[in-house]
Amino acid sequence: MSESLQLHADALQKHFGDKIQNLILEYAEITIDIAPAALIEVSTALRDTADFAYQQLIDLCGVDYSQLGQSEWQTDKASHSGFSRAVEPGSMGHLTFGDELEAVATGMSRFASVMHLISYTHNRRLRIRVFAENDDFPMIPSVTEVWSSADWYERESFDLFGILYSNHPDLRRILTDYGFIGHPFRKDFPLIGHVEMRYDPEQKRVIYEPVSIEPRVLVPRVIREDHRYLKNDPQEAAK
Amino acid sequence: MPEIKNYTLNFGPQHPAAHGVLRLVLEMDGEVIERADPHIGLLHRATEKLAESKPYNQSIGYMDRLDYVSMMCNEHGYVLAIEKLLQLEVPIRGQYIRVMFDEITRILNHLMWIGTHALDVGAMTMFLYAFREREDLMDMYEAVSGARMHAGYYRPGGVARDLPDRMPLYEISKWRSKKDADRLNANRQSSLIDFIDDFCKRFPTYIDEYETLLTDNRIWKQRTVGIGVVSPERAYQLGFTGPMLRGSGIEWDLRKKQPYEVYAEMDFDIPVGTNGDSYDRYLVRIEEMRQSNRIIRQCVDWLRANPGLVLSDNHKVTPPRREEMKADMEGLIHHFKLFTEGYTLPAGEVYTAIEHPKGEFGVYLISDGSNKPYRLKIRAPGFAHLSSMNEMAKGHMLADVVAIIGTQDIVFGEIDR
Repeated sequence: MSESLQLHADALQKHFGDKIQNLILEYAEITIDIAPAALIEVSTALRDTADFAYQQLIDLCGVDYSQLGQSEWQTDKASHSGFSRAVEPGSMGHLTFGDELEAVATGMSRFASVMHLISYTHNRRLRIRVFAENDDFPMIPSVTEVWSSADWYERESFDLFGILYSNHPDLRRILTDYGFIGHPFRKDFPLIGHVEMRYDPEQKRVIYEPVSIEPRVLVPRVIREDHRYLKNDPQEAAK
Repeated sequence: MPEIKNYTLNFGPQHPAAHGVLRLVLEMDGEVIERADPHIGLLHRATEKLAESKPYNQSIGYMDRLDYVSMMCNEHGYVLAIEKLLQLEVPIRGQYIRVMFDEITRILNHLMWIGTHALDVGAMTMFLYAFREREDLMDMYEAVSGARMHAGYYRPGGVARDLPDRMPLYEISKWRSKKDADRLNANRQSSLIDFIDDFCKRFPTYIDEYETLLTDNRIWKQRTVGIGVVSPERAYQLGFTGPMLRGSGIEWDLRKKQPYEVYAEMDFDIPVGTNGDSYDRYLVRIEEMRQSNRIIRQCVDWLRANPGLVLSDNHKVTPPRREEMKADMEGLIHHFKLFTEGYTLPAGEVYTAIEHPKGEFGVYLISDGSNKPYRLKIRAPGFAHLSSMNEMAKGHMLADVVAIIGTQDIVFGEIDR
């Protein structure tokens, strides 16, 4: 299995060359990173080249990488008095109405559109990640021309993350309410939301008002340098 | 002759044939559909965002509530993703139990589908027949997990507990006479596995009953043959999976092509349609129920003969036994850590897919090494199916929209997430 995957990864690398910015082969899955400008060309080739034949776009979703690797509890260094006790509110679970999450420099683009392809001819899967170049105005070309199923997936990603898909035939919100403001799956959007809705008997209609609930996180987000996992990674184990 | 104009019709979200909360905006030319625009999201609960704020094990319950007619299959997709990142082995008996309950769930789902689909196009009796058998299947859920629907039974590393030796019995009450209770309890006298075995023996005749009602039924055929035809090429393009893809004549089943758990050991066939219409998809699903029954019987035989662990004994991930926790320091620490902080996963991105009764149910999990998912994306089969509504309904009559909703096997829990 892993041998044929390696062969396939090599074939992709050879066919696309520089267009693949990065190729990751992990957990028996291949991930390739493609620049937005090359996306349509690469997608069409992946679908139409007989060696790849990725007939179907099985999934497409947005990802907000801005808080990757952020924890709320320092656990890697113990002082003479033990581990730190303080929990730093660093996740959207702690945010309230009007709060802003501090931007962390992760060195990578904030938004990515992740596609999962499947080839029925070769029984293979492939993941494509496309990082939007501008964090404030993320724009990625739409692949609806290549795979029709991208239509609703891109609408969902636009709705939840605010990623704009250029040349999409009908880029409307899909999952959130009519007239919703904001992109709820962004990491700086509070888990409790901004508004709540109730029926007002005086005005005799449904009204929106700022949320009245308090944010509550029972378990802080913790990252542990777990040695069991380092064993699987020869580079890390050698350190 | 008066001039006839196109008009827009609002279908749902409170329509009984909308299978939940679908709002369809239909542009009609007389009684013919020009354009169908589904408005979804009325059941959106942001499951994926909620999962980001909770330790891994606490989200299993949310998975049940995605596709709320095939609960355990959703859990299966989720725990497989965690197991893949952890590279955790599931004991072989746990794998057999999972396969057996996946197939019980498939029958459960298909019974719901055939009951509502037939009811939508006017066959009332099917609904009653299908719900009669669903009762037995939900009793199996109850016996093994305590809940009739939202089981929360699958855990990373196996299943929550072994199959019970006793089935819960019906009691005599104001609403249930002794005669009724005795009749219901007749095949519930011994263990769960005996009850499942008994059900498997009865079930093929039940399927024959459904087929008697529908397969050659003139009205059923008039309502489904040639309705919502999808060619194999379009089925690929539209992201169809599962019975929708097989109905269009593509032989593809993840249980065979990319086997997970012990499906490689199972003996079963993949039914495939030829015309890609609603009737073919009906035949495919009916045959899938027969095949599921076959798989369950194989699991029952194996499970009878092979006792053993059902949950991994890696207590970094699974809770220790109660006695261990009370008597052993390490057991106590494991228990405490697991139920407060949970466990952390290695950093990485994985995608796992299972053959859900409705199609390919995928879970895309990004972990940054913490005790909560960084991003969880649930690939629900119904989402892709419903997005093809415009293409499938165009040119059909208004009444056929209902038949197409039925054949797509729509459930809003998974589409809106």
